[in-house]
Amino acid sequence: MNAILDALALTGRAVIGAFRATGRLALFALSGLSHLLRPPFYGRMFLRAFVEIAYFSLPVVALTAVFTGMVLALQSATGLSRFSIESAVASLVVLSVTRELGPVLAGLMVAGRVGAAMAAELGTMRVTDQIDALATLSTNPMKYLVAPRLLAGIIALPLLVVVADLLGVLGGFIIATLKLGFNPGIYLANTVDFVQTGDVVSGLVKAAVFGFLIVLMGCYHGYNSRGGAQGVGSATTSAVVAASVLILAFDYVLTELFFAR
Amino acid sequence: MPDLATPKIRLRGLTKRFGDKQVLDGIDLDVMPQTSMVVIGGSGSGKSVLIKCILGLIEPDEGAIEIDGQDVLKLDRRGREAAAARIGMLFQNGALFDSLPVWENVAFGLLARHKASRAEARARAGDILAQVGLAASVGELSPSELSGGMQKRVGLARAIAARPDILFFDEPTTGLDPIMGAVIDGLIVDCVKKLGSTAIAITHDMASARRIGDRAAMIHKGRIIWEGAAADLMDSGNPMVDQFTHGRREGPIEMELRK
Ligand SMILES: Nc1ncnc2c1ncn2[C@@H]1O[C@H](COP(=O)(O)OP(=O)(O)OP(=O)(O)O)[C@@H](O)[C@H]1O
Ligand SMILES: [Mg+2]
Repeated sequence: MNAILDALALTGRAVIGAFRATGRLALFALSGLSHLLRPPFYGRMFLRAFVEIAYFSLPVVALTAVFTGMVLALQSATGLSRFSIESAVASLVVLSVTRELGPVLAGLMVAGRVGAAMAAELGTMRVTDQIDALATLSTNPMKYLVAPRLLAGIIALPLLVVVADLLGVLGGFIIATLKLGFNPGIYLANTVDFVQTGDVVSGLVKAAVFGFLIVLMGCYHGYNSRGGAQGVGSATTSAVVAASVLILAFDYVLTELFFAR
Repeated sequence: MPDLATPKIRLRGLTKRFGDKQVLDGIDLDVMPQTSMVVIGGSGSGKSVLIKCILGLIEPDEGAIEIDGQDVLKLDRRGREAAAARIGMLFQNGALFDSLPVWENVAFGLLARHKASRAEARARAGDILAQVGLAASVGELSPSELSGGMQKRVGLARAIAARPDILFFDEPTTGLDPIMGAVIDGLIVDCVKKLGSTAIAITHDMASARRIGDRAAMIHKGRIIWEGAAADLMDSGNPMVDQFTHGRREGPIEMELRK
C-alpha cells in the first residue's frame, strides 16, 4: 500500500513539476517577445546575434544540405523503376528538401552550434553576476540579452533554409547528371514543375519556428543556470537536447497543420 | 540642501529564506546620508544577499527597505527601477561584461540612459578611468586581459560613472595584495567623498574596514548583532565581534563545519 502511495506521490510531483517548468518557460518566452515591442531596442545586440546565427552557421548548413541532396538522389534512383525515374528523382529531392529536410537539418545543426553557445554565454553571465550587473546599470537583461537574440533566430533560420533548399537541390542535380546520367535541362525542368510555393513557404515557416525554439532554449537554460561551471555545462546540454527534441516535435505538428487534410 | 537627518537607507525586519535556509532573519539597519557603513560577517552569513535585496535583484520575503524615507518595496516596477538606477554597485567578482571592451563597460550606464553619444561616452570613460588611476589606453582592452587589481578599478569606475548617490562595494579588496588593497580603499574613499555618496561596503579585511567605514555592523545568523563606529571594530567589547575581527578559533561563534 505504502509503495503504491509513494509511487503516486512521485508521479504527482513529477507532473506538477512539469507543469511548473512549462509555465516558467512560457512566461520567459512571452516576456522576451514582449520586449521586442517596447523600446529601447538594441540593434547592436541583434546584429551580433544575427551574424552569429546566420553567417557563422552557413558552412555547416551548406555542407549538410549538399550531401543530403546527393544522398536523396542516389537513394531514390536505386529504389525506383527505370520507367519513371527521371521525374521521380527530381521531385523527390526537391520536395523532401524544401518541405522537410532543409528546415529540420538546418535546425538541428544550428541547435548544436548556436543553442549551445548561447546557453554557455548567458550561463556564464549569470554565474559571474553579469546579468545582475546589467540590472544595476539601468538595463533590463531580458530586453538586452534575450529579445534581440529571439528576433535574430526567427529571421536568420529561414534565410539559412533558403540556402539549404538551393544547395540541397544542387546536390541532387550533381548526382543525377554526373552519376546517373540524366539530362540536366530535363532534370531542372522537372524540379521546377514539381515544387510549389506552398512547399517552400511551409519550410520557411517551420524554419522561423525552429529558430525561435533554438534561441528560446539556449537563452532560457543559460539565463536560469545555477552553480558555477558545472551549472553552465548542464545548461548547455539541456539547451541542445531540449531544442533538438522540440524541433522534431514541432516539425510533426506543423506538418500536420500544413499538409494533413 | 540634502536632508541629512533622515537615514539614506533604512532597513526594517528584512527577511529572506532560500528553501529551508533562513539567510536573513530580521535585519534592522540605518545608514545616514554621506556616511559609509561597513558590513562584516562570516562567509555565507548573507551579506551579498542583503545588498542584492536593496538593489532589487532579490525579492525579500518580509520587511521594509526605505531609501530617502520611501519604501521601495511598495513602488511599482518603474519606481523600483528608478530607485535602483541611483545605486552604483561594485560586485564581489567584478562582473565586468567580457564581451565588451573596458571603456564600454565603464560607459555602459551612460549609454543605457542615453545620456551620451558613443563618442562622448568614450571620452567620459577615459576621464573616469583616470579617476581610478588607469590610463585611457586601458579602455581598448578586453576585461579578460586585465589583472585582478585592474579589474577592481574598472568595476569601481563603472560603479561611479553615472554619479550615483548610493554606492555598494562587495568585498572590494579580496584577492588583492595589501598595497593594492590600500590603493583601492583610497580610491573608494575619494570617490565617495567627491560624489557626496552614501556607501555600504562588505569586507573581511579589518584594515580595509577601518579605512573605508565611518560606521560598522556585524551580521551573524541573519541578524545584525553589533553596530558601532568603524574605529572601534578591534575593541568593540562584543565577544562575537572580537572573535571575528581578531580571527580567533575559540569563542562564541562556532563555525558550522558540517553544513
Ligand atoms: N540565489 C540563491 N539561491 C539559493 N541560495 C542562495 C542564493 N543566493 C545566496 N544563497 C545562499 O545564501 C547564503 C548567503 O549567501 P551570501 O552570498 O549572501 O553570503 P556572503 O555573506 O556574501 O558570503 P561571502 O563572504 O562568502 O561572499 C549562502 O548560504 C548561499 O548559499
Ligand atoms: Mg558575498
